Amino acid sequence: MWRSCSFKLSAGFIWMVMPSLASADQVLVAVASNFTAPMQMIAAEFERDTGYQAKLSFGATGQFYAQINNGAPFEVLLAADTKTPAKLEDEGKTVSGTRFTYAIGKLVLWSRNASLVSDGPQVLSTDRFDRIAIANPKLAPYGLAAIQTIERLGLMQVLRPKMVQGANIGQAFQFVSSGNAQLGFVALSQVFTQGKIKEGSGWVVPSDYYAPIKQDAVLLKAGQHNEAAIALVNYLQTNKTKQLIESFGYQIAP
Amino acid sequence: MTERAVNGLIKMASPISTEAWQAIGLTLELATVTTIILLVLATPLAWWLSQTQSRWRSTIGALVTLPLVLPPTVLGFYILVLLGPQGWVGALTEWLGVGLLSFTFTGLVIGSVVFSLPFAVQPIQHAFEAIGKRPLEVAATLRARPIDAFLTVALPQARQGILTAAVLTFAHTVGEFGVVLMIGGNIPGQTQVVSTQIFGYVEAMEYTAAHWLAAGMVVFSFAVLLILSRLRQRADRVLP
Repeated sequence: MWRSCSFKLSAGFIWMVMPSLASADQVLVAVASNFTAPMQMIAAEFERDTGYQAKLSFGATGQFYAQINNGAPFEVLLAADTKTPAKLEDEGKTVSGTRFTYAIGKLVLWSRNASLVSDGPQVLSTDRFDRIAIANPKLAPYGLAAIQTIERLGLMQVLRPKMVQGANIGQAFQFVSSGNAQLGFVALSQVFTQGKIKEGSGWVVPSDYYAPIKQDAVLLKAGQHNEAAIALVNYLQTNKTKQLIESFGYQIAP
Repeated sequence: MTERAVNGLIKMASPISTEAWQAIGLTLELATVTTIILLVLATPLAWWLSQTQSRWRSTIGALVTLPLVLPPTVLGFYILVLLGPQGWVGALTEWLGVGLLSFTFTGLVIGSVVFSLPFAVQPIQHAFEAIGKRPLEVAATLRARPIDAFLTVALPQARQGILTAAVLTFAHTVGEFGVVLMIGGNIPGQTQVVSTQIFGYVEAMEYTAAHWLAAGMVVFSFAVLLILSRLRQRADRVLP
């Protein structure tokens, strides 16, 4: 146990210092944290189907941008937005023509309470809650979509004093799931398994209430000669992967 | 001058936004309140730790030191859970009719007090321990009651330690990030502080704004350390 563990540690260390050594059949992927669960499953399938291994690093898209700009060895980026991959492309840090939308996020008004949101958005104009969590609209596409939805419902004035902001959609979810906020706008993928909302009550916001939450992926310059990286970018666009992504509560680009 | 005129002036005078100034103001307020509360709490606690023979001494001492070694996200996470409706603090505040304290200034103060506790207790405790038994025994032979000995002998002799504790607590609270991020909710003017603002700027790729605030933090921290070392030098000169 210890030997295999220390072997993995030292292998990891060598791989960190010399990424070129291990990159023959491996690809290093930066993944937006909202896509954690589907990507873990995709990576497992990818390895089984192609023999290539995907090493996943999860985090905030803004952080990845800063890290890539400062020489991080990521080869593929699965962003939470369209802005960041486009910006990297403008700056010549990607392989041109490789940018595509891999998933479109869906927004849901969700509560841990099994009845609070059972009548859809009606609850928003009542006083049955005193905190509503959203992601920071300046940083997170889901936060922006939440604001657009609230405006569409005409409830901005009513809800503003009750609003709390997480740094990202993960934190907004944490506020609601810990009960500190009674409800909130979170990503459907966070509360969705096997075709339904797994706990509490939710209202899936109609997709014409907000601008589409498109998530773009791109092949980065570091991966342009790596077969594994190219294979992953292709694998993400297969029908099999698309179905898997849908089962996690995302939409697929037409 | 109206508030708008003041804001206009601030905007002209610096590239730091009014939102950021608000965060700076709130950070200083949070640090001040936390420092005052902690000096009141930490002084008797440090005195007890420095004097007691109790078998609980090492347990309590370890508990007090715990926030020093725990990652702030761990503290923030547990404080969020404690303050929530399932936590006993949340249940208590709801029963009292105050509602939940997460996402409020009071909630941030609670988090900061826990977070900075060792930074207040340890310097004061060391100062009390440095006095030794002798001055207090002398005071006792002069028929000073324990409370008199504490107020007129121990406290004045420990003033350098108390000052160090105050400066450290203040600076540490100003630099706090993980805890406020976890329990704050980022509400401008209520829970949005400098460190979370910098985080937001970096995430939003507004690097110029991030630089201004971050550089300000570096200058501030350096000044604090300078003040601390000056205080120590003075203490060395005064005491034999």
